[in-house]
Amino acid sequence: MIVVAPAGKGGMLLEMEGITKQFPGVLANDRVDFDVRSGEVHTLLGENGAGKSTLMKVLYGLYPADAGEIRLRGEPAAIGSPSDAIEHGIGMIHQHFMLVPTLTVAENVALGLPTGSRVRQDLRPVRKRIRELSDAYGLQMDPEAYIWQLAVGERQRVEIMKAIYRDVSLLILDEPTSVLTPSEVDDLFVTLRRMTDDGRGLVFISHKLREVMSLSDRITVLRGGRVTGRTVPDETSREDLAHMMVGREVRLAPSRIEVETGEVRLSMSGLNVAGDRGAPAVIDLDLAVRGGEIVGIAGVSGNGQRELAEALAGLRPVESGKAAMGGADTTDMTPKEIRRLGVSYIPEERMRDGAIGDFSVAENLILVDYDSPPMSRRGFLDFKEIEEGCSDLVERFTVKTPSLDTPTSHLSGGNIQKLIIARELSSDPAVLIASQPTRGVDIGAAEYIHSVLMERRAQGTAILLISEDLDEVIGLSDRIAVMFEGRIMGVLDKEEATVGHLGLLMAGVADDAA
Amino acid sequence: MSDFFTVSVLLATVAAGIRLAAPFLLAALGETLGQRSGVLNLGVEGVMLLGAYGAYYATLRTDSVLLGILVGLAVGAFMGVVYGVVTLALKAEQGISGIGVFIFGLGLSDLLFQRQVGTPTPIDGLRDWEVPLLGGLPWIGEVLFHQNVLVYAAFLLVPVLWYLIYRTPFGMNVRAVGETPEAADSLGVSVNGTRYLTILIGNSMAGLAGAALALELGIFQQNLTNGHGFIAIALVYFGAWRPAGVMAGSLVFGLVSATVLQWKTLGIVAGTTASIVGMFPAVLTILVLVIVSRRTGAPSALTRPFERGR
Repeated sequence: MIVVAPAGKGGMLLEMEGITKQFPGVLANDRVDFDVRSGEVHTLLGENGAGKSTLMKVLYGLYPADAGEIRLRGEPAAIGSPSDAIEHGIGMIHQHFMLVPTLTVAENVALGLPTGSRVRQDLRPVRKRIRELSDAYGLQMDPEAYIWQLAVGERQRVEIMKAIYRDVSLLILDEPTSVLTPSEVDDLFVTLRRMTDDGRGLVFISHKLREVMSLSDRITVLRGGRVTGRTVPDETSREDLAHMMVGREVRLAPSRIEVETGEVRLSMSGLNVAGDRGAPAVIDLDLAVRGGEIVGIAGVSGNGQRELAEALAGLRPVESGKAAMGGADTTDMTPKEIRRLGVSYIPEERMRDGAIGDFSVAENLILVDYDSPPMSRRGFLDFKEIEEGCSDLVERFTVKTPSLDTPTSHLSGGNIQKLIIARELSSDPAVLIASQPTRGVDIGAAEYIHSVLMERRAQGTAILLISEDLDEVIGLSDRIAVMFEGRIMGVLDKEEATVGHLGLLMAGVADDAA
Repeated sequence: MSDFFTVSVLLATVAAGIRLAAPFLLAALGETLGQRSGVLNLGVEGVMLLGAYGAYYATLRTDSVLLGILVGLAVGAFMGVVYGVVTLALKAEQGISGIGVFIFGLGLSDLLFQRQVGTPTPIDGLRDWEVPLLGGLPWIGEVLFHQNVLVYAAFLLVPVLWYLIYRTPFGMNVRAVGETPEAADSLGVSVNGTRYLTILIGNSMAGLAGAALALELGIFQQNLTNGHGFIAIALVYFGAWRPAGVMAGSLVFGLVSATVLQWKTLGIVAGTTASIVGMFPAVLTILVLVIVSRRTGAPSALTRPFERGR
């Protein structure tokens, strides 16, 4: 066992004072104060762009700060690179895994550390130590497995192992739960608690209010680069936290009305779709969505949701089975033919499949109907018509943009998503396939997008909502299907869907076994 | 054709094939190390030409083959520093700057040759050295152990490079930096430091490959390497970024080239046919790349400059 109590439990580990960081056009951190004591979890909460990641990148030596001071255990510390941070006992688990897929677990852990001599690598002591630490912290892993062989949950454990192996006294976790199932999140939190019991200090960066409330000892909220609140879980609520993040009242759950469901507008039967490498990604999938109904697909990403959405939109060939929309067999149709049936699609990768960054706002708004009246006539674009139509859409869907000619890549994530939704919903679709419609957008935009989806539902659109955000799926859907390894593990009605039940299905535990 | 299938001719052809494989192998091994760290160097051909000229000129002036070899290495190392600064410090597009290095090397080596030497003057180049005992073995001795010192060096570097890549901390850094530089950086590994070293070693080996070619032939002329450097890059892909695979590819090319030469010498092919047969290695390159393209294994960060914090 290792003993890490560098400052004694409860002692001050880190103090950041007056940290200011200016990027061209953005003040990412404005005189931010932040501290961490030994043995606690201090959460940094805020929307995308609030400055959480910038503050932590300054601490980890990835960006130099323009002003401010960092003290570690009371001593001023100059941290100019990740190596400096590591030397000071600071570890960071990044939002995207920092693992080398072609190396083994032990090699990834040992990377950057002296192992054996300069001319001969000796990983045996590394493997032995990993096994010891695995037992001590409940982090099961095979040191000789290659990273590419591991599932995401296991990769996350390797990241934690890297930090524990280096015996960090301060660990920064940047959105560590975004790829985990609810039960994996529970396991992670148990491990993190063992780390604080050893006297380590943790910085938890998140925007998931439920997790923040359950894990944190203290919470600091950032908005627009400034601290807008400091609190502890006992004295606050999710609504209060959201208020501090956004700066106004937020409705976390959209209001819903009873809607008479209509005929089946979207159906899949025995659908099989292959993934990028040819392996089956969607297996024998049956599902139907009626008009006026939102059917949610929950699941950890990478379980076939993307392939399913692409197959329905005509972007990926269907291996076998049948997809039908608006009464027509769309299995082998092109994307354009499918769109003509009144089908709209909000893709999950908005900057890859949803909009073209270099195109102007107006150009992106007409991407679907640029080639037919009224947007174009006899092969020529009708700019007057385009401008009128687009100004109307921008206004109706509250897209914040300096002008219609602004390059779309200059907009914020939330506004790009609103633009895509404006384009996709302007045609009053009969069917809507919405993939991760609020991923990475701020709470205000998410709230708006949710209300728009509920509006479409009330108007009779059949909506297939694919999302990793369980709160979103539960809040919006009439029925929820859970996907695991390409199959539907179960379909629950809104009333019987709880986070616990969905979590089990997401982890591949079938209902009869649960 | 029956002339070709006699024991002595076949043995001589195989021996020649192994000798011809050495420059390919030296250059391709160096390129393998660089690519493993995520740096593509399309300028191998240019570095080889400069190394070849340097080695030739030093030997011509001093009659010392050893000095020639050292100058070849040094010229390669110098080009490595230049290429490192251009692609790592200045973050220039690797593919294009490599082509620049090639054109630079092609032009400068010819210019220097015209100015300093002028007429092709043969030198007393590398001599074969018979390995004691082993050289006396029937057949095998003649094929494997009657070669020049750079041939032995090239083949000995195969296990050396394998060990370096797979069994040393430096090799692990190289693999990590070529695959996921962000991860290596986050653990305190110097991404550009590692890449400078691989570029330095890789270019030195390209310079040595040029020296091997010039000192083996005992002559220099414009565009002496005639595509060797480009084929060496193809061989890295052929060998799937593994030293042993690169060696296998080099041997195939060496043997094909030796066979074509032998056929020409024996008059089995002549005129237009000889020219067509002479294209074999080039056609083989294309075929190999088409087949290999289905294989994965390229370092993920190949050609991607590293910038901290994206």
